[in-house]
Amino acid sequence: MDNLLLMMAPLFSSKLLLVLFFGTLFGLILGVLPGLGPTTGGALILPFTMTLDPLSAIVLLTSIYCAGTYGGAITAILINTPGTPAAAATCLDGYPLAQKGEAGRALGMATVSSTVGGIFSVIILVFFAPLLAKLAYEFGQPEYFALAIFGLTMLASIGDGSPIKNLIAGAFGILISTIGKDFMTSIDRFTYGINELSEGIGFIPVVVGLFAISEMLTQSTLLDQVFKRVALKAVKLPSLKDYKLTWKTILRSSGIGSFIGVLPAEGGTVASLIGYSEAKRFSKNPEEFGKGSIEGIAGAEAANNAATGGAMVPTLALGIPGSATTAVILTGLIIHGVRPGPDLFREQPEFLYGIFGAMLIANILFFIFGFFGAKIFARITLVPNKILWPMIFAVSVCGTYSLSQSIIDVWIMLLFGVIGFFMRRYGFSVVPVIIGLILGELVEGTLRQSLVIFDGNWLMFLTRPIALTFFILSLIALAFPLLRSKKRKKIL
Amino acid sequence: MNNVRKQKRANKSLPFFFKDEFKVSFIIIFISTILLITTFSFDIVPPILNRGIQPATFPKGLLVLIISLTLIVYYLSFKKPWKIEKKLPKTFYLTLTSFLLFVLISKTLDFFLAISVLSIFVSYYWGERRIFYLLLVSIIFPIIVFVFFETILGLRFPPGIITNIYYQV
Repeated sequence: MDNLLLMMAPLFSSKLLLVLFFGTLFGLILGVLPGLGPTTGGALILPFTMTLDPLSAIVLLTSIYCAGTYGGAITAILINTPGTPAAAATCLDGYPLAQKGEAGRALGMATVSSTVGGIFSVIILVFFAPLLAKLAYEFGQPEYFALAIFGLTMLASIGDGSPIKNLIAGAFGILISTIGKDFMTSIDRFTYGINELSEGIGFIPVVVGLFAISEMLTQSTLLDQVFKRVALKAVKLPSLKDYKLTWKTILRSSGIGSFIGVLPAEGGTVASLIGYSEAKRFSKNPEEFGKGSIEGIAGAEAANNAATGGAMVPTLALGIPGSATTAVILTGLIIHGVRPGPDLFREQPEFLYGIFGAMLIANILFFIFGFFGAKIFARITLVPNKILWPMIFAVSVCGTYSLSQSIIDVWIMLLFGVIGFFMRRYGFSVVPVIIGLILGELVEGTLRQSLVIFDGNWLMFLTRPIALTFFILSLIALAFPLLRSKKRKKIL
Repeated sequence: MNNVRKQKRANKSLPFFFKDEFKVSFIIIFISTILLITTFSFDIVPPILNRGIQPATFPKGLLVLIISLTLIVYYLSFKKPWKIEKKLPKTFYLTLTSFLLFVLISKTLDFFLAISVLSIFVSYYWGERRIFYLLLVSIIFPIIVFVFFETILGLRFPPGIITNIYYQV
C-alpha cells in the first residue's frame, strides 16, 4: 500500500508532472524523426538534467524512453520508415494497412497495444525489480562478473546483425573503457601521453557520436531518398472486432516484450521481432501478415513498448543495462550520484517508486498525445534534413562539450561518428559498443577482484553455483542467434 | 535483376584485396595489432600491488579476442559474401570535410564560428539555397543554443574571436 502511494507521488507534484509532460512530448518527437530516437535524445538531454534534482532527471529520461519507443510507430505506419529500430517490424503491416486507406485504424491499434504493453511492463517492473534486487544480495564479485559476461554474450543476439560482428563491437566497447588510468593501479593505458585521456573516454561523446553524428553522415548519403507518405485523417480507436482479434496477441507480446527486456542488453528491437513472429505463429490468418495484418501491428508494438519496463529491471536492480537507452539512463543515475543495485531499493524506495509511477503516467500520456496528436507529430517528419541535421549537430556539439567542458570530448564525438558510420555500413551494430563501454569497468573490476579472492585460480569460478548458472546461460545466449535465424527463416 | 547479377559477377571477379570483407577485416586486425603491441609498453606493477592480473592483461585478452573474431568473420565471408555497398556520394565526403573544417576552426579561431561554418556548409551542400534558412541554421539557431547553454547550465565556452566579444558584452 505504501509503495502504491509512493508510485502515485508524481501525480501530486506539479514539477514532476511538467517534466513528464515535456519528456513525453520530446520523446514522441524524437521517436517520430527517423534516425533519432530515445537513445540519442536521452544522451543529448543528459547535460540539461544537471539542472534538475535526481528524481526529475530520471523521470525525464524514462518518459523520453517510453514515448520515443512508441513514436517510431507513427513514422513506420505513415512513411514506411521506422522512426526507431524497435518499430521496424511495425512497418511490415502498418504501412500496407495505411496504403489501404486505414492509417487511422493502424495507428489506433499501435497506440493501444503500445500503451497496454508499456503498462504491463511497468507492473512487471514493480514486482520483479525488488525481487531481483533481493537476489542480488547473494551476489559477490564472481557472480557479478559472470552476470556481466552473460550480458555481453546477449549482445550476440541484438538486432539483425551478425552475432560475431556484434561480439566484436561489444569487445571494442569494453576496450574503450580500458583507455585512461587503470582504476586499480593508476597505470596509464592507451593514453599516448595525452593528459585528457588519463580520465578515460566519457560515455556521452561516444553515444552522441555513434548515434547522432553517424546518423548525420548516413543522412548525407540518402539525400535523394523520397518518402511516400500516406495521408492520415484521424487516429481511430480499435473496433470491438479488432479487440477480439488482437487481445491475446497484445497480452502475449506484452509478456514476451517484458521478458526480452529483462534480459541484459536486449531491447525493444529484438522484442518486437519476436513479438511479431510469435503473433504470426499463433494467428488464424498468418497469410495476412506482411499485407496489412492488424495482429502484426499489435504483436510488434505491444512487445517493443513492453521491453521498456522490462529493460529497467536489471538496470535498477543490478546496474546492468537492459538496452542501449537504459545504458543512457544508467549514466544519468550515476551522474546524479544514484548507485543502482539492491541498496537503492532499501535506502531510497520513494525514488524508485517515483520512477515506476512516472513510467506508468508516461504510458498514459503518450496514449493521449498519440491519439489526439499523431497527425501533428507526423508533420514533424516534413522538416527537411538539410535544416534539421545542422541544428542537431549544434545541440550535439554543445551538449557533449557541456559535461566536462572539454573540446577533446567534441573531437572524440566526431571520431566516433565516423567510426559509427562505417560500422553500420559494414553490418556492425553500434549498440554493443555502448553496452560494452558501460559494462567494461564492471567486467574488468569484478574479474580482477574475483581472481584475488580465488588466488588466481580461474577454475574456482565454476565452484560458485550462481556464477556457473550465468556461464551456462552465456553459452545458451551464444547459441541462441543460430537457433533464431533458423526459426525466423521458417516463420517470416 | 540483371543489374544485381552483373554486380555480383563484378564482385566475384574483384581481387580479394579490393573486396569490403578483406578491407574491413584488414583494418580491424591492423589497428588491433598495433594496440596489442602498445600493451607491451604498459607499466608492470610489483606483485604486492597486483590486483589479480597485470593492467595490460585484460586489454591484451580483448585485442586477441577481437582479432580472432575478425578472422572468423573473414573466413565466414567466403561462404556468404557481404552485401555490396553503393559508392558513397559526394555529399558524404563534403559532410566529412565539414567535420575537419569544424575541428580546424574550433581549434584555431572560435567554437561558435566553427558551428556556424559547419551548419551553413552542410545545409548548402545538402541542397538548401534559401537565405533565410541558411541564416537560421548557421546564426540564429546556434545563438539560441549558445545562450541557452550559457544561461541555463552556466556553461563557459572556450575562448575565441566571437566568444570573447560575447563574454565582453
